[in-house]
Amino acid sequence: MALDEYKPQKGGSELETDHQFKYVGTRPDRPDGFDKVTGRARFGADMYAPGMLHAAILRSPHAHARIVRIDTSKAEAMEGVKAVVTRADFSKNVPFAPGMAGEFWNILENVMAGEKVLYDGHAVAAVAATTPLIARDALKAIEVEYEILPHVTDVDEAMKPDAPVIREGAADKSVPEGMHPNVVRYHESGHGDVEAGFAEADLVIEDHFTTEATHQGYIEPHACLATLGSDGKGELWCCTQGHWYVQKVCAALLDLETANLRVTASEIGGGFGGKTTVFIEPVALALSRKANRPVKLVMSRSEVFRATGPTASASMDIKIGMKKDGTITAAKGEFRLQGGAFPGAPMEFTAMCAFACYNLKNVHQVGYDVMTNRPKQAAYRAPGSPMAAFAVESVIDELCNRLGLDPIEVRLKNAAREGTKASYGPTFPRIGLVETLEAAKAHPHYSAPLKPGQGRGISCGFWFNHGGETSVSLALSEDGSAQVMVGTPDIGGSRASMALMAAEVLGIPFEKIRVTIADTGSLGYNEISHGSRVTYASGLATIKAAQDAVRKLRQRAADKWGIDVEAVDWVDGCAVPSGPNAGDFDPLPLAEITKNMGATGGPISGHYEATPEGAGVSFATHIVDAEVDRETGSTRVVRYTVVQDAGKAIHPTYVEGQFQGGAAQGIGWALNEEYIYGPDGRLQNPGFLDYRIPVASDLPMIDTVIVEVPNPGHPYGVRGVGETSICPPLAAIANAVSNAAGVRLRDLPMRPSRILEELEKQQGDA
Amino acid sequence: MKKIHVTTKINGDTVEFLCDPRETLLDVLRDRLGLTGAKEGCGTGDCGACSVTVDGRLTCSCLMLGVEAEGHEIGTVEGIADGEELHPLQKKFIEYAALQCGICTPGILVAAKNLLERNPDPTEEEVRYWLAGNLCRCTGYDKIIRAVLDTAAEMREAS
Repeated sequence: MALDEYKPQKGGSELETDHQFKYVGTRPDRPDGFDKVTGRARFGADMYAPGMLHAAILRSPHAHARIVRIDTSKAEAMEGVKAVVTRADFSKNVPFAPGMAGEFWNILENVMAGEKVLYDGHAVAAVAATTPLIARDALKAIEVEYEILPHVTDVDEAMKPDAPVIREGAADKSVPEGMHPNVVRYHESGHGDVEAGFAEADLVIEDHFTTEATHQGYIEPHACLATLGSDGKGELWCCTQGHWYVQKVCAALLDLETANLRVTASEIGGGFGGKTTVFIEPVALALSRKANRPVKLVMSRSEVFRATGPTASASMDIKIGMKKDGTITAAKGEFRLQGGAFPGAPMEFTAMCAFACYNLKNVHQVGYDVMTNRPKQAAYRAPGSPMAAFAVESVIDELCNRLGLDPIEVRLKNAAREGTKASYGPTFPRIGLVETLEAAKAHPHYSAPLKPGQGRGISCGFWFNHGGETSVSLALSEDGSAQVMVGTPDIGGSRASMALMAAEVLGIPFEKIRVTIADTGSLGYNEISHGSRVTYASGLATIKAAQDAVRKLRQRAADKWGIDVEAVDWVDGCAVPSGPNAGDFDPLPLAEITKNMGATGGPISGHYEATPEGAGVSFATHIVDAEVDRETGSTRVVRYTVVQDAGKAIHPTYVEGQFQGGAAQGIGWALNEEYIYGPDGRLQNPGFLDYRIPVASDLPMIDTVIVEVPNPGHPYGVRGVGETSICPPLAAIANAVSNAAGVRLRDLPMRPSRILEELEKQQGDA
Repeated sequence: MKKIHVTTKINGDTVEFLCDPRETLLDVLRDRLGLTGAKEGCGTGDCGACSVTVDGRLTCSCLMLGVEAEGHEIGTVEGIADGEELHPLQKKFIEYAALQCGICTPGILVAAKNLLERNPDPTEEEVRYWLAGNLCRCTGYDKIIRAVLDTAAEMREAS
């Protein structure tokens, strides 16, 4: 839409499903907006404690080496140094196990190296001192003797017979015999007979694709403030997507009782999956215990790049067969992902998402989780899915081009619908892929004329979405306001959506509701803010907790009126007599009931806890126009439209924000971003200057279309929206580049040098 | 290392502090003066989260030493609002949802305010290039750019 047409909308949107809602679907100001525009919101590094020390971590300069000796005595002797820790200061009771079964051991080994350093940036020791400068100086006084070992950082190289072994015994039982020990997990799924399917096709394309590791790139480096005593009781303040998980892991790594460590989540300066695990928190706790002082630990940006989770890199082979009418007859994919020096590259998600957009008779997918000498990968927005979409949607585009078919029509013809047996197994309930494709087709962008040198690409994308363990409490105040305590850190405006859902149930204005992110001592276990689960799962629990409170409110009214609670309805924030008693009493507003709650039975609260399993899967279709400069090889995105199924947009502005943010990250992944390793196995670009995420002048406005196909698994129809938006951009841009310049880029990022190479080949062919 | 005495003005108030000559202005603002609105996103001047003004000039406070503040006037995000009245940019950022996590917001507000003081009627392109030194990973910049342009329009009407 044109710039001057856009104003933030204050009213509800005009979708049919809205008519039943008073608050849901409106766009109020977020409750924490004031704090965040004035600088008073407290993020991870913004907390200070009396007597606090500052910590710093010594990191390996080698990609792979045996630690022969660490001597910390000179550092310990420095004035101002209060504690030095190495692996010896962590639990010896965390068992090693193959694959993901040993995840706590993997995390411990990643947090502080044991016998070997496994990647450039791997932590080997840490210091707490009275000032940050002394802590940094003390690192230089720690002597580490290394025996350097051969290393490998490329996924295909790491699978070859002569590749250096990262760790023997890390492979779990899923791995077929005869594979290199670096292959630690294996996945295979699908249905039908792909070979028979390929035989039916009029055209079969088989191609190889790669994507590089990219970093989540949150602007806030990891930061924490830890206090732990030798009595085993501690407090931890940190920026995290999930503080109960932090509590559980830190307790295990430091031999604490979980409940004795209270963790408070700070405001979080971005995460995108990268703050779903721990890196520095156990180190700060160990230092605090040893020094008997609070310890603050903040990562530098280069530490964030070198030692926190980038996404996995991928090497992929795709084969798809199509009939002349556009019917896909069979599809096959092999996905090799490296996730650093530990098991966990999300190759099963890559395999399962790859063909999930399509209704396929014959489909087969294989995944390999491969270890290399790189940092332990962490989740990144729809982990595993974007690379699959890049490869698959590129091949589908190529098939459309060669068969002269419209890319949207072909996708519509093959689209997964309600009742489709998904490529990864289950049968889809009601889903919204077709609706996103129809909306994309009808969007003015799809038929707008292109300028010379420009090309248009489209792509679909899929993500599962997730429910997870969730607990929410709601308490009413005497004046009729309500506090909602949720356990999922607010990473992009979720306080607003929780307040809207609570307002809807209670029938009181949005402004009367305060949503707090509770600490681990104030609420039951809550899984991490991941898997696009917050508005779905915490939202569902907020609705149920509010309904629990409403039941109690109705009971108080029933008691007052001397009628049965079943004869009391809750309408628009008031108890109303119904049935045989209808009209007998005046409606009793919420605040009238809470005013006397102390005398009528005590405080009124609502609570709900569950592991909801009805997270609706989500699909998107993106349209992008790109312009390729044939002289420099540089590509510019000139127009972008995101169409995605949100199920039900609780706060549409923040849903749009998720769509736009995912698209922008995808643009970075497609065009600029990559981990670059030198022959020495060291990361060459651990900073925002050389690892270039999109800046404001790189991007156009990003238009959004919110499709609403309600999720039957949520009371208001919510589907998660956070992740799917990063799945289509990679292929959509590759397809646009192909249409703009006639070259097919199979390796990401599509940096100018790669485009120029392809253009030169094109000229050579001509 | 021996600390050095510095006298400066921050958000209009005279401030004195002692700092190690190796400390950045950002370190001093955050760790010595309790002004944690400016954030360290990179420490190398690439992300703009630590943006402040020094005598009216937009500056990455991580690239300047604390001792260099001697005799200069520093402006931070804490000084943008007029008492309880938010600056029009602050209001528009909330209204437009021009922030998700909010970590880049202080730096972007300082930078955008500085732009509007120099150029009350910027084009979209001018806003995009002025803010190219302020990284935001959440929003894709769309709502930020719109919020700045709409603030500029409203401030022009009001003046």
